[in-house]
Amino acid sequence: MEAAAQNIAHDIQQGMESDGDQYLTFMLAGEEYGVDILRVQEIKGWDSVTPIPNTPEYIRGVINLRGTIVPIIDLRRRFNLEIMEYGPVTVVIVLKVEDPEGEKSRVMGLVVDAVSDVYNVPEESIKPAPDFGSVVDVDFVHGLATLENAMVIVLNIDRLLNAEEMSAVDKAATP
Amino acid sequence: MTIDMEQFKVTFVEESLEGLEIMESVLLELQPGETNGEAIDDIFRAAHSIKGGSATFGLENIANFTHVVETLLDEVRNEERELTTEAIGLFLSSVDCIREMLSADQSDEPLDQSHIDEVKAGLDKLLGTAATESTDTTNELVATSEANVEGWTIYFKPMPQMLQTGNDVVRMFRELDSLGKIDVVVDTKALPALVDMDPEESYLSWNITITGNIEKSKVVEVFEWVDDDCELEINPILSDSKAQSKIDGAIIKIAEDVDERRIDSDRREKNDRRNSNDRRKAATPETSSIRVGIDKVDDLINMVGELVIIQSMLGQLGEDFDMSRVERLKDGLGELERNTRELQESVMRIRMLPISFAFNRFPRMVHDLSAKLNKKIELTMSGEQTELDKTVMEKIGDPLVHLVRNSIDHGIESPEVRKAAGKPETGTVNLNAYHQGGNIIIEIKDDGAGLNIEKILSKAVERGLVNADEEISEEKIYDLLFQAGFSTADVVSDVSGRGVGMDVVKRNIQSLGGSVDVKSVRGEGSTFTIRLPLTLAILDGQLVRVGKNTYIVPLISIVESILVNQKNVSNIAGTAELYQLRSEYLPIIRLYETFNIEPDNRTLDNGLLVIVEGDGKKGGLLVDELLGQQQVVIKSLETNFRKVEGVSGATILGDGTVALIADVAGIVRLASVGSGASHGQGVAA
Repeated sequence: MEAAAQNIAHDIQQGMESDGDQYLTFMLAGEEYGVDILRVQEIKGWDSVTPIPNTPEYIRGVINLRGTIVPIIDLRRRFNLEIMEYGPVTVVIVLKVEDPEGEKSRVMGLVVDAVSDVYNVPEESIKPAPDFGSVVDVDFVHGLATLENAMVIVLNIDRLLNAEEMSAVDKAATP
Repeated sequence: MTIDMEQFKVTFVEESLEGLEIMESVLLELQPGETNGEAIDDIFRAAHSIKGGSATFGLENIANFTHVVETLLDEVRNEERELTTEAIGLFLSSVDCIREMLSADQSDEPLDQSHIDEVKAGLDKLLGTAATESTDTTNELVATSEANVEGWTIYFKPMPQMLQTGNDVVRMFRELDSLGKIDVVVDTKALPALVDMDPEESYLSWNITITGNIEKSKVVEVFEWVDDDCELEINPILSDSKAQSKIDGAIIKIAEDVDERRIDSDRREKNDRRNSNDRRKAATPETSSIRVGIDKVDDLINMVGELVIIQSMLGQLGEDFDMSRVERLKDGLGELERNTRELQESVMRIRMLPISFAFNRFPRMVHDLSAKLNKKIELTMSGEQTELDKTVMEKIGDPLVHLVRNSIDHGIESPEVRKAAGKPETGTVNLNAYHQGGNIIIEIKDDGAGLNIEKILSKAVERGLVNADEEISEEKIYDLLFQAGFSTADVVSDVSGRGVGMDVVKRNIQSLGGSVDVKSVRGEGSTFTIRLPLTLAILDGQLVRVGKNTYIVPLISIVESILVNQKNVSNIAGTAELYQLRSEYLPIIRLYETFNIEPDNRTLDNGLLVIVEGDGKKGGLLVDELLGQQQVVIKSLETNFRKVEGVSGATILGDGTVALIADVAGIVRLASVGSGASHGQGVAA
């Protein structure tokens, strides 16, 4: 019994050492995206939001998450993808976003089509995204990982939801 | 001694600062020539502890300095010296000096020694001039430095209670031992039979001979903390034994009436503690901790207890619920509601502090300023117990200082001018605070010259703030005072008149959600009235609906709400819409346009117009429906998002959804940017 438990613990440890970080993946317009699972605070169903005036379309609004006000960002709109009606599998992934400069962290929610899976992705299997030149801004793509014949786009949420996000917002707010 | 003294130093500094504050406040109350024994005792005691403490911690400069102060104080106490205005001033400066020295020691910053030397010289001079015979033997002893001593004989008899104050005789002997070779003879004559003995009392006395070239002050220092609680004789062993007899006269007998003194000092200590806590808060306003009265905490605990009871009651009710018990459920829920409200109020009360925390810095300031400006000013305060939120208190301190300083500098005239105007020579500045609705009102009132409208106006014209031929209401003229870079003082003094400030005052107050206005009668004085919300965490709001969205408009910024009458609407060049309300023209702000949302109603006729005022600008917000008023808890949008123009924050409504709180000033600004600059002029017209 004890030995078995030890084995499992050993396996887990091994797994953690060899398989790299865990990523939560979600679906968005047929593609699979991954985010560092340690940043995920919770996953909740889509619920109505309170819109914030004079903010870009992809900022859906704010919700009350147990007493704190959390902004919700629609990733389809953010990536200029085709807009889809929210359905029963539409979820909000609540993430902790860290400011690269300061200690300050924010909590934000991402609206995605559906959650998919949790993978162990070894750091070395994440390939940097090819340079698309100025056509596509891939700053927020950490890299691409191939797993079980599927390609996962690993996002750098700090880049996605912080500096760029905020400056985009600021630009939109000041005409 | 292996105890690390550093750990006590923090306490020492803290206590010394408290002591200094006590000294300061008591000194300010003293009138020249007064012989209020109790007050002087207070000051003396504070100085004495500071001296003792600083000597213990090796802060020689403070100890020496305070010693002089103490000597002077002692003479005053014994009515050997009259308390002159000069002396009070000198004592106050000494308080500053000691404070400087303490903080210099704390921060390792260089000290302004010249200032201290100056004050010290003043003290020495005072001490030298009216040198009546001092009876304070301790001082004399310190002063008497014997060059040719070979040692000291010490007779030491503790009072029975001395050990109870935590003083350890063995420690003192050990300390003496470190000074030189000691020879101790114990006297056990007073020792009672074992059955009668109280183990906590001291019955012994000692004769100690210490040999070596030791300064007397070192010896005295050992007994520094017990000199009230013992009989102590310190006599030098001179190489010339004839000198012995001379010293005999200077035997220290410090065994005063210990009991009386202790009771007195206990009582005093309690008072002082309370007062000084208050004062310390004011002195270090940005502390992040809060001291809460135990009664408030008890209240809270009671309430939480009740809440738990109701919770378990409701829980039981829910276990096997049927419709027959619906009455009980209603009762329970009613109770829960009442409790929650009370709990909320109590929690808010924890953050509430009496405004005296902000007021108590003023007596000193007024005292100093009136001396500096050669004006006679009396400061009166009322409503010091009015409570307001700690955060608000911290932020209101500086604006208050500024306004009071202004009143003294610009408001109150010099005694000659006052006399000529038939007013009493002494001007009054009155600070008053009271609650009104959910606000606290603070008034700063002086009986000085009042505001000079012509002067303000001409200055404003000079600065291009207004046109020379413009008709401006009195109110508007006073508002000019709060413009940046505006000062009517003829001479820029270091007290005020640089023109920085009033705009800052106004901005600070507005950032707290408050307002400030001025009333003034020429020749009779002016009154500045500050209106502040009691707390920053809760806001009284009007819920309004536009389309599907609910917004909260702070009640404080709402002037009134009206139904639009189409014939009062005028349209300028097809862009700016103005609404004539009595004699004013107000821009109509269609909230749905400003916020880019879908409204129910786009027509103005019979629409609801909420007249708001923000940042001195008025406007009418067109909304679909007024929903009701309620207190809302303010949540920041910036925690997880960023600042949004026109929105000051968010709150969570009863149904759990988020509603945005409108920032009226921001909306007015947004609206005027949105439809050209024509609105601004519309307001002024």
